[in-house]
Amino acid sequence: MINTMIHSLFLINSTADIFLEKHWKSVVSRSVCDYFFEAFSKASDPENVPPVIPTPHHYLISIFWEKTFFVAVIQNEVSPLFVIEFLHRVAETFQDYFGECSETSIKDNLVIVYELLEEMLDNGFPLATESNILKELIRPPTILRSVVNTITGSSNVGNMLPSGQLSSIPWRRAGVKYSNNEAYFDVIEEIDAIIDKSGSTVFAEIQGVIDACIKLTGMPDLTLSFMNPRLLDDVSFHPCVRFKRWESERVLSFIPPDGTFRLMSYHVSSQNLVAIPVYVKHNISFRESGASGRFDVTIGPKQTMGKTVEGIVVTVHLPKVVLNTDLTSTHGNYTFDPVTKILVWDIGKMNPQKLPNLKGTLSMQSGVPKPEENPSLNIQLRIQQLAISGLKVNRLDMYGEKYKPFKGVKYVTKAGKFQVRT
Amino acid sequence: MNYAFRLFVTFSAGEIFELKAELNSDKKEKKKEAVKKVIASMTVGKDVSALFPDVVNCMQTDNLELKKLVYLYLMNYAKSQPDMAIMAVNTFVKDCEDPNPLIRALAVRTMGCIRVDKITEYLCEPLRKCLKDEDPYVRKTAAVCVAKLHDINAQLVEDQGFLDTLKDLISDSNPMVVANAVAALSEIAESHPNSNLLDLNPQSINKLLTALNECTEWGQIFILDCLANYTPRDDRESQSICERVTPRLSHANSAVVLSAVKVLMKFMEMLPKDLDYYGMLLKKLAPPLVTLLSAEPELQYVALRNINLIVQKRPEILKHEMKVFFVKYNDPIYVKLEKLDIMIRLASQANIAQVLAELKEYATEVDVDFVRKAVRAIGRCAIKVEQSAERCVSTLLDLIQTKVNYVVQEAIVVIKDIFRKYPNKYESVIATLCENLDSLDEPEARAAMIWIVGEYAERIDNADELLESFLEGFHDESTQVQLQLLTAIVKLFLKKPTETQELVQQVLSLATQDSDNPDLRDRGYIYWRLLSTDPVAAKEVVLAEKPLISEETDLIEPTLLDELICHIGTLASVYHKPPSAFVEGSRGVQHKRLPPRTGSNESVESPESTQPVVGQSADQPPAVIPSQGDLLGDLLNLDLGPPASTVSSGPTSTMQMGAMDLLGGGLDSLIGTSFGSPAVMPASLNAPVGGGLGDLFDLGSNVGIPCGSYVEPKTVSKYPAQCLLFSLRFSLLKYQPFISYLTISSSQVCCGICEE
Repeated sequence: MINTMIHSLFLINSTADIFLEKHWKSVVSRSVCDYFFEAFSKASDPENVPPVIPTPHHYLISIFWEKTFFVAVIQNEVSPLFVIEFLHRVAETFQDYFGECSETSIKDNLVIVYELLEEMLDNGFPLATESNILKELIRPPTILRSVVNTITGSSNVGNMLPSGQLSSIPWRRAGVKYSNNEAYFDVIEEIDAIIDKSGSTVFAEIQGVIDACIKLTGMPDLTLSFMNPRLLDDVSFHPCVRFKRWESERVLSFIPPDGTFRLMSYHVSSQNLVAIPVYVKHNISFRESGASGRFDVTIGPKQTMGKTVEGIVVTVHLPKVVLNTDLTSTHGNYTFDPVTKILVWDIGKMNPQKLPNLKGTLSMQSGVPKPEENPSLNIQLRIQQLAISGLKVNRLDMYGEKYKPFKGVKYVTKAGKFQVRT
Repeated sequence: MNYAFRLFVTFSAGEIFELKAELNSDKKEKKKEAVKKVIASMTVGKDVSALFPDVVNCMQTDNLELKKLVYLYLMNYAKSQPDMAIMAVNTFVKDCEDPNPLIRALAVRTMGCIRVDKITEYLCEPLRKCLKDEDPYVRKTAAVCVAKLHDINAQLVEDQGFLDTLKDLISDSNPMVVANAVAALSEIAESHPNSNLLDLNPQSINKLLTALNECTEWGQIFILDCLANYTPRDDRESQSICERVTPRLSHANSAVVLSAVKVLMKFMEMLPKDLDYYGMLLKKLAPPLVTLLSAEPELQYVALRNINLIVQKRPEILKHEMKVFFVKYNDPIYVKLEKLDIMIRLASQANIAQVLAELKEYATEVDVDFVRKAVRAIGRCAIKVEQSAERCVSTLLDLIQTKVNYVVQEAIVVIKDIFRKYPNKYESVIATLCENLDSLDEPEARAAMIWIVGEYAERIDNADELLESFLEGFHDESTQVQLQLLTAIVKLFLKKPTETQELVQQVLSLATQDSDNPDLRDRGYIYWRLLSTDPVAAKEVVLAEKPLISEETDLIEPTLLDELICHIGTLASVYHKPPSAFVEGSRGVQHKRLPPRTGSNESVESPESTQPVVGQSADQPPAVIPSQGDLLGDLLNLDLGPPASTVSSGPTSTMQMGAMDLLGGGLDSLIGTSFGSPAVMPASLNAPVGGGLGDLFDLGSNVGIPCGSYVEPKTVSKYPAQCLLFSLRFSLLKYQPFISYLTISSSQVCCGICEE
């Protein structure tokens, strides 16, 4: 059942102030947001505000994006995913246009924001949401352009019909020209894992994406092939990818949008393919009687395929009764915030000869029972030039244009939601 | 662009005057900047309607940006200034003829957004032209405009024949025009539920499927949602649509994926299950659903709510994917709770060890709501997977040992349910439970504990002391606890009559004479009369064998589930309610049904069949026994399901005889002292005061014993006592099949009364 999707949109900052409103049909009073504020005040953390909130006459569907809530007001039975996807698209567009999607950047560009919202949605129907097309309709602000505009009196609204919008390749604008023709691909893999107390893997999977930055003249038709496409059985593609050819030949064949975009995302879940790059030895305990606890954590390399693990950060959410910490680290620095009880240990690069260790005592509130919960360790890390699933790009071919483009592929593996239970 | 921010802070009445002057300036640039300032303040919610005539004056311009800005303003304020808005009509009409298709489209789009009747009349001619415009960009904008106009003036749209033009656009050569026409028609069709606006036939379906591959992601959603409403003629057509929709499962937009899942789930219903393609389709559905869980948390939440429906309908799809539902400690709470729910639904003998290990881990987390739900989940696993019950119970005992107050209470509530499912199996844990009696401060946990003590009174040496300790503060307890206490003490009395006469007398008088709660009082009187009239019957009734609770308790009732499957991806699927139950002003929402399977040999297969449960429609509550929470339900449940031999149906067994002998002395004395004397009974009884149980039963029989028909609970709504009697009567007369329905309905009625 389709219906007028979004009646109104409110942008709300993390101190619960409305700083922008846009109504596509009739004006809905701001007071509708009171229901949102109520849920907001109940939630322990802005991230815990439920995404769908019913009110007597409307539904509020919201996303939380970099400290800003995008709250859509809905009156009819709609697809909430549709709305949420659209809101994410709006936020991405702002980010794309203003460099960041924050309250300040939005307030600095109110008129463009309004013009964009009007182009993106017509009476509840999404209109133009592809960044390529929007940029033809409304040019993003740049310092240079605003200077030029003031002198020449020209505007930042395009006067041309967005040519791509109606062709069979609505994602690409026409007449693209570059002097240096380049095509870059980033294969980024994130390991999501839960490791239990004893060090065995409860759950692990890889979320991979291939982001592309394509600056090619004309209408290039690209074919990207992999050494080991069998790895990919759960994929989702940018609309430009020809699904039929993927099904039959396992190659990505596409006419790319201009600029940066996410070509595909994939998901490797069979446990034996997911290598766990580090192990953690931990001993965190709280004494029953005394007002103190022990903390001893060591990190070492496990399956790193011979690469260096860098950018290691360990975050621990310690129990409420911990007042302070007295720890020494062999590598990197650590900070403890006594208010939020979050311990952050920034290790940086791992030296396999001398394993990083953080050790010491925790001082705790006395006279209260020792905490029941065991803190989880959250680990971030980065391995350059490695896709941990083993995925490798074989070659990139270009058809339809005559020039020789410059091509490049970069691999990186990161920890996604990587947790070690203690 | 900093002016906007400054303006946001310092906008004043003086500046309105200034703006007016700037708007009327001769200089183009100055005009444009002024309009920008006006728009900026509109954006932050300031009222700039006073500038209406001045802004509209800027409309006639060649500058596209200025024109757009003025249009933005018009859309916001035209409604409050209808007479002034008329001034703009001429420009609109002129713009609809502009050689630039961008301006033509912009004009028709804006006109449709101005909800002023007078303007609408002028819209018809330009709209008609735009619907047939040579440029597809204009056509697709005009298609949406028909839906806008329909919302303002439906009659006008019909009279002008726009609906037919719109239908023609479904065959347009441009996929975006097709998608928008479908979107517009679907929106219009919603307000005409019985019209055949979207009368899809195989040809039009084919056109939609072709457009599906080529239009934008949003257009794909419109088309997929429209396809979901189509009923294929046979399983072959169904399969061919499925084949063409399946590639959408790999789309990056999760809304597209979920809409495709909806179409497939629905059309799958028609495919014969032995078809190879059916199995293949099942396999193809799992990966995209798993992928949805790696998206942003908001998307995850909606996806999880939908997956919850999907695993109930077709558990085989995700049965191997348990691990993706494991909770990460930094998931938002709303995601955690949903994941937990699905984990239990997927729990089976094969994976129960893993699930239990996880649940135990969760039970030591920080968030109280989550911990509680995890503990409950362990109990649900025990009930669902029989082989795991023992392990679940020992896990729960471990958790009780932690002495964390809310964990202990939650554990006791679920252990009660486990006892209901596996009676006489795990009583050894009762001692441990009793140790924690003092720490229970939540009504539900207290009630559960009291139930356990009453149920197993014969095995607990100091049951009378335990119950007596609760009795001290009887009037401060919640109704739930009071009712349980009453029942438990009566049970205790029937089991150990000699030592507990005083106690039972005390509780009966507390319930009947000192309480204002009609439920409590009525229950008290019924026990009183039962005990005084026919102790054997009392024992039969109160200590009857109880029906086992089962996992189905938490499942959505099948007809509702089928309807919700048709609404995958919508708010209905998030709330697990049919749209008719909550969408405001839903104009004649039709209940959607899954298509019947055509392969004849499967159609009777019971778990998948779409046949509604007899006597139930989608709006009625599912006929299952509430596992917890329904206070009166508990009593009623206790009372039903008698053993095969009933009082009226033959010779009493020797065991019963023995029991009667045992009781004899005690009861006689009781009756002699207080029960028998009518003077003790207050005169102001709501419930009929009769000679005894026999009379009461006669009263019941006057209403008639429904033989095979469903009793509308409303007929007894005002008399909770009579509800009880019905179920008593039924239990005695072995009308087993109807009891569960009746009991549920009456217990809900009773609960309604408690709340009044």
